Amino acid sequence: MTAYTAVVTVRLKTGVLDPEAETTQRALERLGFDLSDLRAADRFEIDLDAEDEGAAAERAEEMAERLLANPTIHDYEVAIEGR
Amino acid sequence: MTVAVIQFGGSNCDRDTVRALEHLGIDAHLVWYTDGLPGETEGVVLPGGFSYGDYLRAGAMAARAPIMDEVRERVEAGLPLLGICNGCQIGCEAGLTPGAFTTNDTARFRCEHVHVRVENADTPWTAAYDEGDVIELPIAHGEGRFEIADDRLAALESDGRVLFRYCEPDGSVTDAANPNGSKGNVAGVLGEDEHVAVLMPHPERATLPELGLTDGQGVLDGFA
Repeated sequence: MTAYTAVVTVRLKTGVLDPEAETTQRALERLGFDLSDLRAADRFEIDLDAEDEGAAAERAEEMAERLLANPTIHDYEVAIEGR
Repeated sequence: MTVAVIQFGGSNCDRDTVRALEHLGIDAHLVWYTDGLPGETEGVVLPGGFSYGDYLRAGAMAARAPIMDEVRERVEAGLPLLGICNGCQIGCEAGLTPGAFTTNDTARFRCEHVHVRVENADTPWTAAYDEGDVIELPIAHGEGRFEIADDRLAALESDGRVLFRYCEPDGSVTDAANPNGSKGNVAGVLGEDEHVAVLMPHPERATLPELGLTDGQGVLDGFA
């Protein structure tokens, strides 16, 4: 078994309104920053032990499918790092 | 009819719901979520509140609690289920009803009375009304914006699975009457079968005559 960190990034699908990101963008603009857009995402760092990178990714994808993301509104991506 | 009102940690409309159901002559009991579904259960309410502090997404944690496996099994066998507010979010997170209820377009909590139009009166939850009737119900939510892909919403509409839409007092469906940016002004939907329904407004807060507003009685009468 090898120690990995699975990084799961969950973000809203393109076209789904993100009122919190819009509010954050407006707050940055009020602070005088110049920006054209802001997108927010949730990042989960999951430490796990697995046979190989493929097995680690498979487990993290199942976590995203079953809990971390809501397929109606979210897309997600999984990246595996050594630990 | 014995209705189980499931209490999760953070539910806060559970007792109101029991009292409202009892006022309508419907036998109702609180069921703590770790106690499992009693055998005599003939209906289930997922009540409002803030289960698990809305961690991750509103309803996400409660939807995956073990009691929901029992609920899903019984619902598939025909058990009536109504999800209200947080219970509505839980129902969608559990896949019992379509779409998702997520952050209001204003990013603000909305606590007020709204009008909703009955879109399909041919269900247990709306049989007390006529199609096109406008009823007044309270809302209290920060994550009530109905989101779903356009083609799936069109399919729900053509299948009569949209129960209620936010509207003006005269029944016209406008952006101004939409308190949270819900797609299609949708306030409540049916699951795959008509015995499963969820809505963001609170019919249990519009049932007891002493509270002044009784338009919600018809929804809870779905259990009668």
